[in-house]
Amino acid sequence: MKMIVCVKQVPDTAEVRIDPVTHTMIRDGVPSILNPEDANALEESLRIKDRHPGAKVIALTMGPPQAQAMLRECLAMGADEAVLLTDRAVAGADTWATANTIASAIRALGGAELIFVGRQAIDGDTAQVGPQLAERLGLPQVTYVQKLTTLEDGLLQVERRMEQGYEVLRVRTPVLLSAVKELNAPRCLSILGICEAYEKEIKILSIQDLDITPADTGLNASPTKVYRTFTPKTERAGVLWEEDAGRMAGKLLTALREKHVI
Amino acid sequence: MSVSQSASSSQNVWVFAELRDGVLAPVVMELLGEGRKLADTLGHKLCAVLLTGSSDSRLHSQLAGYGADRIYSAAHPLLAHYTTDGFAAVLTELILQESPEIVLFGATHVGRDLAPRIAARVNTGLTADCTSLDIDPETGNLRQTRPAFGGNLMATILCPVRRPQMSTVRPGVMDKAVFLEGRSAEIIPICPALKEEQIRTQLIQAVSETLHQVSLSEARVIVSGGLGLGGPEGYELLKKLAGRLGGTIGASRAAVDAGWIDPTRQVGQTGTTVKPDVYIACGISGAIQHLAGMKGSKIIIAINTNREAPIFEVADYGLVGDYKEVIPAILERLERTIS
Repeated sequence: MKMIVCVKQVPDTAEVRIDPVTHTMIRDGVPSILNPEDANALEESLRIKDRHPGAKVIALTMGPPQAQAMLRECLAMGADEAVLLTDRAVAGADTWATANTIASAIRALGGAELIFVGRQAIDGDTAQVGPQLAERLGLPQVTYVQKLTTLEDGLLQVERRMEQGYEVLRVRTPVLLSAVKELNAPRCLSILGICEAYEKEIKILSIQDLDITPADTGLNASPTKVYRTFTPKTERAGVLWEEDAGRMAGKLLTALREKHVI
Repeated sequence: MSVSQSASSSQNVWVFAELRDGVLAPVVMELLGEGRKLADTLGHKLCAVLLTGSSDSRLHSQLAGYGADRIYSAAHPLLAHYTTDGFAAVLTELILQESPEIVLFGATHVGRDLAPRIAARVNTGLTADCTSLDIDPETGNLRQTRPAFGGNLMATILCPVRRPQMSTVRPGVMDKAVFLEGRSAEIIPICPALKEEQIRTQLIQAVSETLHQVSLSEARVIVSGGLGLGGPEGYELLKKLAGRLGGTIGASRAAVDAGWIDPTRQVGQTGTTVKPDVYIACGISGAIQHLAGMKGSKIIIAINTNREAPIFEVADYGLVGDYKEVIPAILERLERTIS
């Protein structure tokens, strides 16, 4: 089985701080990491490979040249190949344009029986690229996958996390799945894996290698535009509210959700 | 690749009427509340889109009561349960046929599965998990505001050219529509031409999970009470909140000494030292001995009627008020979010 895992290098949002004077986000010194739920997607693909010798796992990312560091990490975990799609023409893409671009890269790689993505990236938190990618590739999708079992050839049984429980679904490959953190605990890197990762070559793609044009990707092609950004005031630590109980409850829950604690 | 619609011919504000076990998900009432404001500002109709296994007049009158002017009611046996393929096919066809200006979904596990699939198919923009929506008075465009970077930043997003403008909206944030008995709506019945082979996932089983109690040291969430609860009965409300958040209850030494609760629940220097993700102190003034046992918690929330209480000095979120009012308000909002 050939599997392509879509990964993203993201700033560790837990390390992002707000400048107390300018109220802007301090990005300097914030470490870049493999998006956590993408690591779950990669781990599950590697487990399938462990059970099915001969299976192949390709880690694919779209991003700046620096994202190669994250791809090395994917190789060190056990990915067979790593592919970086990097081109100025794709910069600033929204989820629609990103999905067009990654779908094209997957076609350029000859497609796969299983496309695995993390549910969402911790910088954007949209959870949109997975389903949009499935649409572009004409594949069925199962999002919020918390458990995966391979049945007979080409048939998967998955548990899809819901708000108050889960659904058990069966789906045939080729399919796109999105992983949630409950799916597994990603493996640690081994010294041997790290050494081997530096012997492997990272394949670099540009828009020239793809079957799309600048009209399908990048900032200008994106249907959505960022109108403005601002720093929320209520999310700062140490706030004190003294008002109607309902309003305080609403503010509190909004703050906790934004911090992903509930 | 793009066959999206132009802004000039589109009209009306649509709300996806998501169901949970055959009843409207609470977020639908919130979408109708927010959708009403947007539709009124634009001078458009507010429409609900309902997909069911068979036509359900009870749901029609509920949607009408909550303010829908028009209900697109698609009924087909293959729509009895949510599937990405089935729902995306029917909704896409309806959107292309009717050209809505705005389409809103709850940012639920269903909404976040469905909306992006449709947005890609109709080649329009989609903004995830919005916490505020309004209309730009100059352009008439929908301004969609959402948190990013783990809530460190807010971004307002526009979809200026393509239509419809699509958003998923975070549950529990918007005000619910007010229900008016006997309000009527125009019902547009839809008979989709859906075939079994279009649906590529097979549902084997839907499992409901109930929450269970966890121990003090393992708890991710602790709701703790002190003398400010006023008596042992106060812990019942704390238990409700703890149960709802998948956590457990704790207590201050003063409350344990008063005999209101079992000593195993005591948090503090002489009790258990805890480091949960969330610690909610209710009616606890914040004696040093208590603080020593819980100050390592990731997030500390304090609810107290005395705004001078020392607990507020260590709290990330301080709520000056009576826990008997604040906790029910939190529970009510959590209920809206989940179901």
